[in-house]
Amino acid sequence: MSLRTPLARARGVGSARQGTSHFWAQRVSAIALIPLCVWFVYSMLALQGSPYEAVHAWIAQPAAALLFGLFVVSLFYHAHLGLQVVIEDYVHTQWLKVSSLVLLKLLCVLLAAAAILSLLRIALGS
Amino acid sequence: MKNTTRPISPHLQIYRPQITSVLSIVHRGTGIVLATGALLLVYWLNALAAGADAFDQLRHLMGAWYGQVILLGFSFSLFYHLCNGVRHLFWDAGLGFELETVYRSGKAVVAVSLLLTAVTWMTAFARGGTS
Repeated sequence: MSLRTPLARARGVGSARQGTSHFWAQRVSAIALIPLCVWFVYSMLALQGSPYEAVHAWIAQPAAALLFGLFVVSLFYHAHLGLQVVIEDYVHTQWLKVSSLVLLKLLCVLLAAAAILSLLRIALGS
Repeated sequence: MKNTTRPISPHLQIYRPQITSVLSIVHRGTGIVLATGALLLVYWLNALAAGADAFDQLRHLMGAWYGQVILLGFSFSLFYHLCNGVRHLFWDAGLGFELETVYRSGKAVVAVSLLLTAVTWMTAFARGGTS
């Protein structure tokens, strides 16, 4: 039996040794998403009602493709951080929790990669 | 050794919903909604890369009433999560923690996100067509 209180483990960086990195990553991606979201909504409104060719040509512009790429990457990074906490909060069966977390991470990477691939196809014209 | 006579904290449904707790859970809810919205965004980009047929098919779906309802939900979720996210960033900086301020910023977040949603959709309708 240990006489050490749980406080000793909780002090400093905490028992997991990385408690603040998640917090910071969530905030930094949130700040990045503020201008990107504004730009995204503006773009969708500007493109709304445009024919296919016009939408395609607009996103094919290097600056638009780049911003869209940054938006999608920040979006899935931020979504991953947020949904990770949701799973950690509500799923308490260990094997289910761990497999959900792994599945979530793989899914976010897959979706971000799929979006980048689409952007490359649009921007490079194939 | 389990102490079964210790006082147990009351369950969630015991508490009266308050603006602070409701806005907090809505922030999480809209976050989850937006994550599913990201799926649609990936699908949209894929359709745009695939060609005019796929793109117009998706546009047709989103132009129908159920598509519009979904887009309305996503747009409100985006504005709410954005506004309340900014509110959170102020808290992270240690600002706005007085209860009075928390209530006021909460009401402001709801009002501004509703306003932004309305302005966005009015702009979309004014430009003719909504897809």
